[in-house]
Amino acid sequence: MGFGRGCLVALLLAFASMLGHTAARADGLDDALAHFTADDFDETGTGIAAVAASGNLRAEAVLRALQNGQLMYSAERKAVYVQDDAGKLFDAATGRPVTSDPPADLDAVSINNRLRGVIDAALGGLTLLSKNPARRLEAAAAVFKSRELSALPTLENAIRQEQDPSIKRALTQARAAIVLSSADASDEDKLAAVAVIRERGDQDALGLLQSLPGGTSEPVVKAAASAAAAVQSRLAIWNTVQNAWYGISLGSVLLLAAIGLAITFGVMGVINMAHGEMVMIGAYVTFVVQEAIRTSNPALFDYSLAIAIPLAFVVAGFVGILIERCIIRFLYGRPLETLLATWGLSLILQQAVRTMFGPNNREVGNPSFMSGAFDLGGITITYNRLWIVCFALAAFAALLALLRFTRFGLEMRAVTQNRAMAASMGIRTSTIDALTFGLGSGIAGMAGVALSQIDNVSPNLGQGYIIDSFMVVVFGGVGNLWGTLVGSFLLGIANKFLEPVAGAVLGKIAILVFIILFIQKRPRGLFALKGRAVEA
Amino acid sequence: MSSHLLVRSLDRGAAIFLVVVAAAALLVPVFNLVVPPTASLHLPTYVVALFGKYVCYAILALSIDLIWGYCGILSLGHGAFFALGGYAMGMYLMRQIGTRGVYANPILPDFMVFLNWKELPVYWYGFQHFPYAALMVVLAPGVLAFVFGWFAFRSRVTGVYLSIITQAMTYALMLGFFRNNFGFGGNNGLTDFKDFLGFNVQAETTRNVLFSLSCVALMLGFLVCRGIVASKLGKVLIAIRDAEARTRFLGYRVESYKLFVFTLSACMAGIAGALYVPQVGIINPSEFAPGNSIEAVIWVAVGGRGTLTGAALGAVLVNYAKTYFTSGALAPYWLFMLGSLFIGVTLFLPRGVVGTLHHWTALRRVKLSAAAEDGVAAALPAE
Amino acid sequence: MEPFEGTLLYLEGVTVSFDGFRALNNLSFAIKPGEMRAIIGPNGAGKTTMMDVITGKTRPDAGAVIFNGRYSLLRRDETEIAEMGIGRKFQKPTVFDSHSVFDNLALAVKADRRARKTLWRRETPAEHGRIDEILKTIRLTAVQNRLAGSLSHGQKQWLEIGMLLAQDPKLLLVDEPVAGMTDAETGQTAELLKEINREHTIVVVEHDMTFVRDLGVPVMCLHEGSVLAEGTIDQVSQNERVVEVYLGR
Repeated sequence: MGFGRGCLVALLLAFASMLGHTAARADGLDDALAHFTADDFDETGTGIAAVAASGNLRAEAVLRALQNGQLMYSAERKAVYVQDDAGKLFDAATGRPVTSDPPADLDAVSINNRLRGVIDAALGGLTLLSKNPARRLEAAAAVFKSRELSALPTLENAIRQEQDPSIKRALTQARAAIVLSSADASDEDKLAAVAVIRERGDQDALGLLQSLPGGTSEPVVKAAASAAAAVQSRLAIWNTVQNAWYGISLGSVLLLAAIGLAITFGVMGVINMAHGEMVMIGAYVTFVVQEAIRTSNPALFDYSLAIAIPLAFVVAGFVGILIERCIIRFLYGRPLETLLATWGLSLILQQAVRTMFGPNNREVGNPSFMSGAFDLGGITITYNRLWIVCFALAAFAALLALLRFTRFGLEMRAVTQNRAMAASMGIRTSTIDALTFGLGSGIAGMAGVALSQIDNVSPNLGQGYIIDSFMVVVFGGVGNLWGTLVGSFLLGIANKFLEPVAGAVLGKIAILVFIILFIQKRPRGLFALKGRAVEA
Repeated sequence: MSSHLLVRSLDRGAAIFLVVVAAAALLVPVFNLVVPPTASLHLPTYVVALFGKYVCYAILALSIDLIWGYCGILSLGHGAFFALGGYAMGMYLMRQIGTRGVYANPILPDFMVFLNWKELPVYWYGFQHFPYAALMVVLAPGVLAFVFGWFAFRSRVTGVYLSIITQAMTYALMLGFFRNNFGFGGNNGLTDFKDFLGFNVQAETTRNVLFSLSCVALMLGFLVCRGIVASKLGKVLIAIRDAEARTRFLGYRVESYKLFVFTLSACMAGIAGALYVPQVGIINPSEFAPGNSIEAVIWVAVGGRGTLTGAALGAVLVNYAKTYFTSGALAPYWLFMLGSLFIGVTLFLPRGVVGTLHHWTALRRVKLSAAAEDGVAAALPAE
Repeated sequence: MEPFEGTLLYLEGVTVSFDGFRALNNLSFAIKPGEMRAIIGPNGAGKTTMMDVITGKTRPDAGAVIFNGRYSLLRRDETEIAEMGIGRKFQKPTVFDSHSVFDNLALAVKADRRARKTLWRRETPAEHGRIDEILKTIRLTAVQNRLAGSLSHGQKQWLEIGMLLAQDPKLLLVDEPVAGMTDAETGQTAELLKEINREHTIVVVEHDMTFVRDLGVPVMCLHEGSVLAEGTIDQVSQNERVVEVYLGR
């Protein structure tokens, strides 16, 4: 009880002090606004600085109005107004609507290009004091970029007030950037600034350190050069880490697309060219689920993927079983014919989806937990990519567990190893075939849900993945799930490390050529099965 | 070709096929050029170009049937060889444009001027000469097939694995040719051709001559294939198709045989592509699309693999159907049709049209001879 | 004098492992020219793997395989080994189903196997004669124009043996020649092999004890990838360890 009351008191006190704060500054704004009535660029400039320095909550609105040519003044009444888009007048200082007749000599406060720059900097400075931490961070980054000298006082002010350590760091870096580019800061300050910038250590820091203004003194230049070298080597490391992350991310996408195939092609030996279309179906299931949620209960949107994943598994799995029962089972032992028939099927499925949903990309949204990004050291990681990596690994683990620990997994392995023996043990081989194919297709459908988050949902979605997934399965070793895992991540990482060197397309070509050569060297993939069984 | 091969290779079906193609080569130009446009028998010029396209596809189908039907190699990348031949011809045609291009550059094709290139890339040298270009039409796909096959067949990549990597090959080439800095016109490919051997490619007579030339190429290609199939080498190929390990244990170097027939087939596909380009007036990277190669395989499957005549017939039938469907109100349903064709043929007509006809006649012959000799078992003849 | 001199086929210490399972374990034996040897053994004894090693289909992890007292077979592939004079009949009869019986033999007849030579080749009268002779030996003259695919199981076995003969190899490896044959056919096959043995060395792998007895040749029993017992069929079948292996312990 005592604690709760204490909190309440503290809150009230804080509120009161805030009110006092703004009230005390209101007069400053009035004085500042007076400068705008002079209709003189220099006076206006002074006014801008004064408005910004007033720290009044209305300051931003006033400056934005000025920026947009909506700040009006009347020399006769010595008054300044803000005009909205509809032409209505508001008192600039208080923001209250003007009830009396508008003054006859109403005119916009004119600005020129120099003043525009001043306004931008002042606005940047103002948001440095914003209550919203994200805005403050943005403002700090903006000042870091602009290095506008005029923002320095506000910046100092902001640094003093700032409580959040990460924003404080950003603000300090912004100040260092200004100090480094200004002519009249002392060497001591500049050296300290170099240290701060070196600490920052990213591409912007490097650019700053390498473009010191002429006339910078010798020791500062030296310190900057050594700092630049340090930043460069740090950047190289982070660059590698970034590429590796992109590679892992691509690898997880390949893994998702390929594990279903590892089941149908790797385990069953059925070559399903319509596998990509199972992925596509999963993506469209996501689309339908999200549409349904949008129209019925938008609050559930964040749960759309949780609904779509099992649904996509069921739908794609069902389609898979249907395909197996109607087409593939008649073609066992004739892989080339299976290939042609399933290719035909993929054409039909694509065209069916095109007819139902139209040929264009469909909008599939990211739930809130999957949008945005965070920084980890020197790299940026987007949440959707992170989730997809997790999802791919989870799907892989689940599949592995299914094969190893369940009755179905046992029967499935039995059928693939020795069909006749399994049949004579009372296993319904044809049911197992259908279910296995359904499983592979269902997993492809779940992959489609994940891919809908990062790729365009269109009837051609699956086509982009089919060749890649075959490459992964063949490269990793047919009939070996671990091979698929290693294969997809190896290929993903190799691809992303080649991209900066060779370009995206040439990198992809290089990978394809590499796999083609690799298959010739080891026709059975990385993790080949040996023995008589595979020769059959 | 030595005489015994020629004799062996001609049976009744082959003779009918040759006669039909020869008749088309002669009659189509007659109906187009001689018969007045008002007469009901007159063939419009666009139909001649369309037929010419079918004939080129028929040559491509023949080349696929030679390796798939007789040696069991299912290539899903034959479109790449077709397109390479087409590009070689396209490069010749581009160089013939000369100063008539939009930028009127005597050496550089328009797209290079547009990309601000100052010099002709080395691999474009010589393409202004027809004999060189014609050589390249055969050599470019041939060398690619040889290198690719040399690696693939030596390492015993067979069956679906081979199919998949041939598909990856054509996919990689497609990605490459889409790039502007490859120097083949990128996205747009090569087009706006003017002259072929000094004749306007748009002119009616040129189109008819090209059509007849394509027919001659089809007949020659057919004879070459028949000759090979009927030879001892052809028997080894079939042996490889039916029991590769057995053939190897008999002492045949399977990879040499495969390499020979694969390379030859690629050269044929290249020639088909070269004849195709002046008739359709454009070659672009979409010819490399994996889907095109698979579609060509289904022509062979529809007509009947391992029959040669069936492959050519299948190419014409499917493409006629494609033209018919995609040019009318039924266009959205064409892919359903094509897809069903893939499934239907593999499930219900695995021998294809011609293959099934052969099978029926063979069955009837067996019944007749069984009736005649009363119970003496006789086997089905080949095919 | 080297141990392999004067032998036609010499195996020493041949070991093959598949994923930790030893299909052949330090296998050693020698075959003299003109000999016929029967190899028996339960399932998984390594009989087929042994044939794979000799014909170049499988590379051993260790050991030596010497042919004709001189040539190591380890670095050669199937084609080379076949050309050197080793013919092999598979466990499952493998003939060219869509070729006629005659063409099957014509393909097997010893000739230049290079692709550019076969394109223009036709059978010479001498080869024709040889094929007719083989047809007679394997009792398939009457069906020489039929497709091999339409033959009965036993006829296919004979055709495959005929193809081996046509190859004129120094050594014939025959894997289960009487599997799925009637008793009469089995007897005829034994006669056929004995006839062939007059001019060729034969190693025959078989399960059928009656057949092995009919052949009346030295027998070798394999178990778990190595030789368990050697001798006449009576000696081997009375060997306690052989009985143990076949009947379980």
